[in-house]
Amino acid sequence: MVAYLIRRVIGMFVLLFLLTLAVFFLFNLLPGDPARLTCGKACTPQLIEANRHRLGLDEPVIVQYEKFVSGIFVGRVFSPDSPEPIVCHAPCLGYSFNRHEEVMSLIARAAPVTFWLAIGAFLMWIFAGISLGIVAALRRGRWPDRVIMTVSMIGYSLPSFFIGLVLIFFVIIKWQLLPFPNYVSPFENPGQFFQTMLLPWIVLATLNAAFYVRLTRNQVLEVFGDDFVRTARAKGLPERVVVVKHALRAGLTPIVTAAGLDLAYLLGGAIISENLFSLPGLGSLAVGSVLQSDLPLITGITLFTSTIIIVANLVVDLLYAVVDPRVRIT
Amino acid sequence: MTSKPGSLGRPFLDVTDLSVTFPTEDGLVQAVDGVSLSLEKGKTLAIVGESGSGKSVTAQAIMGLVNRKAAKISGEIWLDGQELLALPQNEVQELMGSEVAMIFQDPMSSLHPFYRIGDQIVEAIRAHRNIGKDKARKETIDMLRRVGIPAVERRVDAYPHQLSGGMRQRVMIAMALINSPALLIADEPTTALDVTVQAQILELIASLQQEFGTTVILITHDLGIVADVADEVAVMYGGRIVERASTRELYDRPEMPYTLGLLSSVPRMDKVLPERLDPIRGNPPSPIRLPKGCVFQPRCNYSERVSGGLCLTTRPELLPSGTDHMVRCHLRVEERQQIAQEVLRVLAGSQP
Repeated sequence: MVAYLIRRVIGMFVLLFLLTLAVFFLFNLLPGDPARLTCGKACTPQLIEANRHRLGLDEPVIVQYEKFVSGIFVGRVFSPDSPEPIVCHAPCLGYSFNRHEEVMSLIARAAPVTFWLAIGAFLMWIFAGISLGIVAALRRGRWPDRVIMTVSMIGYSLPSFFIGLVLIFFVIIKWQLLPFPNYVSPFENPGQFFQTMLLPWIVLATLNAAFYVRLTRNQVLEVFGDDFVRTARAKGLPERVVVVKHALRAGLTPIVTAAGLDLAYLLGGAIISENLFSLPGLGSLAVGSVLQSDLPLITGITLFTSTIIIVANLVVDLLYAVVDPRVRIT
Repeated sequence: MTSKPGSLGRPFLDVTDLSVTFPTEDGLVQAVDGVSLSLEKGKTLAIVGESGSGKSVTAQAIMGLVNRKAAKISGEIWLDGQELLALPQNEVQELMGSEVAMIFQDPMSSLHPFYRIGDQIVEAIRAHRNIGKDKARKETIDMLRRVGIPAVERRVDAYPHQLSGGMRQRVMIAMALINSPALLIADEPTTALDVTVQAQILELIASLQQEFGTTVILITHDLGIVADVADEVAVMYGGRIVERASTRELYDRPEMPYTLGLLSSVPRMDKVLPERLDPIRGNPPSPIRLPKGCVFQPRCNYSERVSGGLCLTTRPELLPSGTDHMVRCHLRVEERQQIAQEVLRVLAGSQP
């Protein structure tokens, strides 16, 4: 177990290293001159060159990469020879010259918004998706199954921006049940927080819940045909125990672990929902950075979200080994 | 278990006219059609047949495992004076695992992969008896030792995937016998196992049967393993019993051509199969579109000997032929006995 963990963590760091390599060089190979982008309309060739030097873009790519990576661990200083050097503390993912702020602090401000969005939506869709999926499976072929499957099909087919726009139009504009979204931290003003987040949660949860209903239903139906469920019945256990302890325990395990990965994916930013409801999360930040060709910010966000997904992968694998003894950890 | 009033004169297990029908999208599947069986306490009945012959569904119906909502079951199943099909579901559940227990074909998938084997047996005990966990665990360890699990103290906490197929089947047997059931149904208990392990498992079932006085129904497709363990044999084909006799009688004087085919299909290590003997050709009939006449007719080598094409038009009845011997065949008694003796002679005379 410990050896496995060490191996996985080492593997994770190797993967992260390769990731920085790929992300850094990929974005540096993109056309466009970052130095030119930093200098606005009244630009002179001298100013561009000065900026290039301040950004360290006049150095060989390899040296730039080395500074980038060492910045993550020990921090770095931009334009150290200028009268106003820019200090970027570790873990430094770079400095956005468009926004004049460290990439890390931009991310640190956006990440909690995305976190709350993801967690709320996740709880909603897991609860709705799995419970409705179980109901559909237990009532297979009868009206509850048909209603649930039809609704989930509709929910799955509608694009999230459509659901979002319809909700905004009716709930906020026409019926005025909720105020226009304006994000605050839940610790600052819980009421406003919930009023702002409710619709984005519903939008994100609808799509995923629809998918999880189908997944759960199939899993549960499949497991009911398994031999060990028949064994449980043959023991003379009450049907409730057969369903919950034997069938669902085995049937839902893959779902719960798959859900972990979906959550991690969502933690990387929900681009459409965040933009629709003007939530200042990672998704909005990413879109903004791309529109402004803010290379350090794009690089930083990409690295940050990929790291979340890689770590989540490891956590899910470990969790799977805890719930399913057949997964050997050696 | 003491006999309940009303069981006087009725055999311990008495199945009369059992039919099980599953509605499917392609039509009604008559899995079991008018099966009648009876068995005295402590005896072993083998139900023999190919896949799809209805033998497993018969066993599951007796066990109470056929979903009453999904299938139509008719007939009567009397066990020790109780009619099982007339009982409400909760009373059937009460009997399952305590009075009637079952061992399944595939020990690889019959145990729950997430729970330790000891806990799974403890669960079976506590489903029927109100005893503490420690006591149940002690009983479990004793039973696991009796079914021949080595290093029991360690194995009791093993997960199923850590055991071999033979060991898992021993665990299944321990689980089935833990509440001392009166009737044990073993549905192809050795089919998924290595040949060397098969004999061990059958021996184990037989010796535990002696010890506990259990009545056993052994479901199998292999007539080769029946001779040693069964007192009586019922051969099933297309959802019906086609021949029923004591084991001795069936091996010495088989009559139904299908039984002859099964006997010829048993591989013998010590003999070379004679060339002029056909095993059964073709495949079992589809349970949705059964032939109008004798269900076995399309595969029967002797149906043209029956005059008037009776085999094509009329279902034969299961009729007595001698004492304690029932046969479902249109052939005249003398004729089928003669055919059988020829076949047996050929089998016995095969070159070593």
